[in-house]
Amino acid sequence: MNRALTRWGLGGLAILSSIVVFLVPFAFIVTTAVMDSRQAGEFTLAWPRQFQFVENLTTVLQTRDYLLVIAFINSTVLTVVSVTALVILGAMVAFVLQRRKSRLTGLANFLVLTGLIMPPAVVPTIWVMQKLGLFGGMPGLILIEITYGLSFTVLLFRAFLATVPRELDEAAIIDGAGPLRLFFRVVLPLLRPVTVTIIVVQSVNIFNDFTNPLYFAPGDQNATVQLTLFNFQSQNLTSYNLLFMDILLITIPPLIMYLLFNRQIVAGMTSGAVKG
Amino acid sequence: MKRLSPYPNWFYLPGAIIYAVLFLVPTLLSFYFSLTRWTIFDSEFIGLDNFVQFFSEPALVKGFVNTFIYAVVTSGAKVVLGMALGLLLTSQIVGRGYLRAVVFFPVLVSTVGVGLTFQVLMNPERGAINAALGLFGFDGPGWLTDPSLALLSVALVDVWKGVGLATVIYMAGIVSIPAEYREAAKMDGAGPWAAFRKVILPLSWPATSTVVTLSLIGGLRSFDLIWAMTKGGPGFTSDVIASVIYKQYQAGFYGLSTAGNVVLFVAVTAVVVPLTRFLASKEVNA
Repeated sequence: MNRALTRWGLGGLAILSSIVVFLVPFAFIVTTAVMDSRQAGEFTLAWPRQFQFVENLTTVLQTRDYLLVIAFINSTVLTVVSVTALVILGAMVAFVLQRRKSRLTGLANFLVLTGLIMPPAVVPTIWVMQKLGLFGGMPGLILIEITYGLSFTVLLFRAFLATVPRELDEAAIIDGAGPLRLFFRVVLPLLRPVTVTIIVVQSVNIFNDFTNPLYFAPGDQNATVQLTLFNFQSQNLTSYNLLFMDILLITIPPLIMYLLFNRQIVAGMTSGAVKG
Repeated sequence: MKRLSPYPNWFYLPGAIIYAVLFLVPTLLSFYFSLTRWTIFDSEFIGLDNFVQFFSEPALVKGFVNTFIYAVVTSGAKVVLGMALGLLLTSQIVGRGYLRAVVFFPVLVSTVGVGLTFQVLMNPERGAINAALGLFGFDGPGWLTDPSLALLSVALVDVWKGVGLATVIYMAGIVSIPAEYREAAKMDGAGPWAAFRKVILPLSWPATSTVVTLSLIGGLRSFDLIWAMTKGGPGFTSDVIASVIYKQYQAGFYGLSTAGNVVLFVAVTAVVVPLTRFLASKEVNA
């Protein structure tokens, strides 16, 4: 009877509230990013009096000797290398963990859960990295991202492996495949769907990571995009248009990921969550 | 001859070495270093002094208490709003696809970017939020400048950013409830409220327990949003353990910072382990 009312009334109300609650902040980012600095300093959601898209963009990129450009390169290297390593190392661990029950299984499961829940001990980690000469550089930061992302990756791979029939392994073994061949030629290609999910979710996580670059890779030459945001905040108060241009720029990569891989992202974040 | 396993244990090794060196070893070391006065140059054993300081200095105690307030407020709000949005977005309303997309997108946006954006929106004199409230005749508060409000304002933004994840988890949970149960409830004459209480709420319990666990862990560890929005201020009124750890590290008090880390481990374990047991025991077999 009142199905139409629910459908249109409630839906319309929800759409209206979503505009106020979710779209306005994003509209604010976009408009402020293209304003001149005086209008941006007024903090109002308004149509830009003067469109300065190109000008603001070039200024942001040039600030502090192209720091943002360097940061984008750093973030890309960090994300690509860490995620690649995560996929290979995580799948190897999950493969043995899921297929072979041994004395190590219980310990490994425990460590995976610990890694998922426990916050890392910051200063002792820095101490260990200094002893190994890994502190303050990209290689060290990459290893850190691998360490902190491993648990989630293993859990997702393990859950998916449970659905891959063992008969496939056995067929390959009978054909004379060794463990490496079995894993890289037979099993890993079968994990493609979950691999895409892991790549997308971890890329977004690592690209957006702020805390670990802050602690483990200080210094301009290592800056990642998240750290550049504070440049425009502390330098001077009149550069809010540049701050929001920066925010806009670093929002674009996750947005593209979301448009392309919407389903995988949602699946990864909910499935990884369900049995955590 | 013993056949070698096709699943060799050395497959664990590359992952295990990195994990052990950069996670396990530092975690174990933290228990020792938390008992020292530790500077760049050396460390000296001082027993429990750091912990005594942690629980006697008002600024640090505030951070400890705030951590729990923040975690409880954000996960409570995410459960309620996530459940409501999950129900709404699985019902037959117009614009579902758009609504799902727009509610979930903030999950993927940079936390610091969101924090700095809302810092501007929440500006007491010029910010858009108070300007909008002014139109309706309300005098908006100093969201981030009022000491009694700052932490809750940050928590509000945390919910804004994170509720999309809770929503999709609830949507997955609600969709997996067999339609017969709802129909049976309807046949028995249950209204929408009774159907929600007796069918949907108990059968989406796995989703609730996931949302609670995830957001409590996230909330207890939360750092970047708070740092971007208030840096623990005004004063230290919105500090949490994670921001105390960073501040003490910056100030060169490495032992105290590490003690903060140990306190955080204990807090997370003390909350999460009993909680997961409790939530698992409440699960209904559908």
